[in-house]
Amino acid sequence: MNPRRVVVAMSGGVDSSVAAALLVEQGYEVIGLMLRLWAGDGRSGSNRCCSPQDIAEARNVATTLGIPFYVIDAQAEFKQTVVDFFLRGYAQGLTPNPCLECNRHIRWGHLYRHAMALEAAFLATGHYARLESNGRATRLLRAADRAKDQSYVLSVLGQEQLAHALFPIGDYSKPEVRRLAARFSLSVADRPESQDLCFVGDLDYRAFVRLHEPGSLTPGAILDRQGERLGMHEGLANYTIGQRKGIGVPSPIALYVLEKVPETHSLIVGPREMLGRRRFEAGGVHWVSGQAPGSPCRVAVRVRYKAREVPGVVNALSEGRVEVELEEAVPDVTPGQAAVFYDGDVCLGGGLIQL
Amino acid sequence: MIERRIYLDHAATTPLDERVLTAMVPYFNEKFGNPSSVHSWGQEAEGAVEGARRRVAEVLGCYSQEIVFTSGGSESDNLALRGAAFAERESRRANRILTTPVEHPAVLNTAEDLASRFGFHLDLLPVDHNGRVNPGDLVERITPETAVVSVIYGNNEIGTINPIRELGAICRERGVLFHTDAVQSASQLLILADSLNVDLMSIGAHKFYGPKGIGALYVRNGTRLAGSQTGGGQERGLRAGTHNVPLIVGLAEALRITHEERASLAARFRLLRERIVAGVLEGVPDSKLTGHPRERLPNHASFVIRGVDANALLAALDIAGFACSSGSACKTGDPEPSAVLTALGFSDEWSLGSLRVTVGRATTPENIEAFLEALPAIVRRVRAASLARP
Repeated sequence: MNPRRVVVAMSGGVDSSVAAALLVEQGYEVIGLMLRLWAGDGRSGSNRCCSPQDIAEARNVATTLGIPFYVIDAQAEFKQTVVDFFLRGYAQGLTPNPCLECNRHIRWGHLYRHAMALEAAFLATGHYARLESNGRATRLLRAADRAKDQSYVLSVLGQEQLAHALFPIGDYSKPEVRRLAARFSLSVADRPESQDLCFVGDLDYRAFVRLHEPGSLTPGAILDRQGERLGMHEGLANYTIGQRKGIGVPSPIALYVLEKVPETHSLIVGPREMLGRRRFEAGGVHWVSGQAPGSPCRVAVRVRYKAREVPGVVNALSEGRVEVELEEAVPDVTPGQAAVFYDGDVCLGGGLIQL
Repeated sequence: MIERRIYLDHAATTPLDERVLTAMVPYFNEKFGNPSSVHSWGQEAEGAVEGARRRVAEVLGCYSQEIVFTSGGSESDNLALRGAAFAERESRRANRILTTPVEHPAVLNTAEDLASRFGFHLDLLPVDHNGRVNPGDLVERITPETAVVSVIYGNNEIGTINPIRELGAICRERGVLFHTDAVQSASQLLILADSLNVDLMSIGAHKFYGPKGIGALYVRNGTRLAGSQTGGGQERGLRAGTHNVPLIVGLAEALRITHEERASLAARFRLLRERIVAGVLEGVPDSKLTGHPRERLPNHASFVIRGVDANALLAALDIAGFACSSGSACKTGDPEPSAVLTALGFSDEWSLGSLRVTVGRATTPENIEAFLEALPAIVRRVRAASLARP
């Protein structure tokens, strides 16, 4: 291993480009790697995160910085671990978050292994998050820019990866990052934000699911809490908990999606007051430190990437399984999304919400 | 950041020979005339172009009027195939193109384009597991409707040398035009047009220490060929456009030097190559030589390594200071099993891990030892990263 060598995961976007530039400035021996990811419509290069245009942008940045740059194929792994997970989730009536799986298996799995194969000491990404190490353990912290914080999608990382991780832009705000891009004369300073669900190509996610997992679009009944039939829907995959638009049932009061029942393909709807939930379980729980904290444990909980944090208590149920009790009901506790736990700025870990 | 860099990709391109650069320089500025002009500037430039043509013809053992300058190997291949196909269809209704599955894309994609857009019928000759054409198969598949036969001389990807002389004789006996892509061979083998029995032969200068952007096509006297580019009628109307005088001078000088030094270099290259082949096969588990073990370009070693992503391997080699190449790698990271290796019967598991190591004039035995010392550990690391599946 070369202690000064860093592989930067480059996307052609402003964040990873500035991350690379900062590392070069800090005197690291920097190597740019870009992942070739799977895209849904079979057209090569139509993944929204690694189109030929993105590759060209990243290559430009690498040339400007004077660092070597390579593209590594991850199409098969990405399809297996991210896209299939996403489709399977919808088939099970969940609202899956593929970004966490991508970080778990692709960026911090496949790419991490390739970085280590290049004898790098670190893998760096353009995520907004921070690290704090005491020599024995590394803690994952929220980004300085709370609005951009991405520790949620990094909550799947473990100690081995964090010991070899760098998040060079975690101390900066987005406007600062754009200014840095300009200062480093990077052509990407004004590029738009990268997209979630990069693999759906030009389709929206519903059309993508319809194409690849038609079974998850079985029509079913729209019911209220009392079991009264209000209408029909065209498939549970079209809906997520808390959704108001597009239910298509005439009603004097606004109706929200309360629950999806995959066994009967039923969509349960009701007024906003019925939406909240204070208690839920999470499975496949992962702790960043590698050790479960004592139970019960007071934490702040995020039930979606951009959700407001709510104080709560985590009770261990069994290995990898917890019950979460929030101090107040939140409207969009959604099976398939991750519940991520924080202690102040420290991201403790998380698990998948199961009701 | 990398102190030691060793270039082992001479099949991709070669550095410009200093002597070639010296020969070219005056034609960029002092002697800038247009060879088509009447005045003395023009005459000086024309003299340079025609002198270059004579020197190229000497190496090919042909008449100078049989040399057409092009922009490189790919253009030469295009002019040969398209020019022959269209002319032969017009003159004798010949509507078939016969080539091999192991051609350079400049030939294969051109043949496919002629088939898909211009109504030609494409026939492919079989190749053996070394990528070699058997003359008997040509006898069987050539027909009176065949407009042109094109067979690569020395294969760029696997190094195998085809029996061009025998194949050419078969075509000539039947009055069918025969083209060979000698782009990869020109730096390594004799390219005497007559003894190879070719009607058309492509070369490109940057493969033999000349400049990029210049090539030539040998067109045997009496060969009917449709032109590829209309304009001022340069190059006998086959390829119009003001002559690129400095590059033409550079090609001729590079070819002259290559020809002079060929025999002594080939012996040295062979020794280096044999060391590479032995060292890789011994040091890397699950590796195989691709192409013919003996009938191959002297400077060319190529392998498949099972369970390795060639892109990742080339990246790791580059970081370690070694420039190599692969048939399946591409800069967009989208690995396609090499068509050549697939034609030779390799499964994806093998062909996605191809590695080409090609030596050149500056390569030393120490370079090769350094490479062979580094490679096994690099393969081990990349293989571990490629094989680890969730």
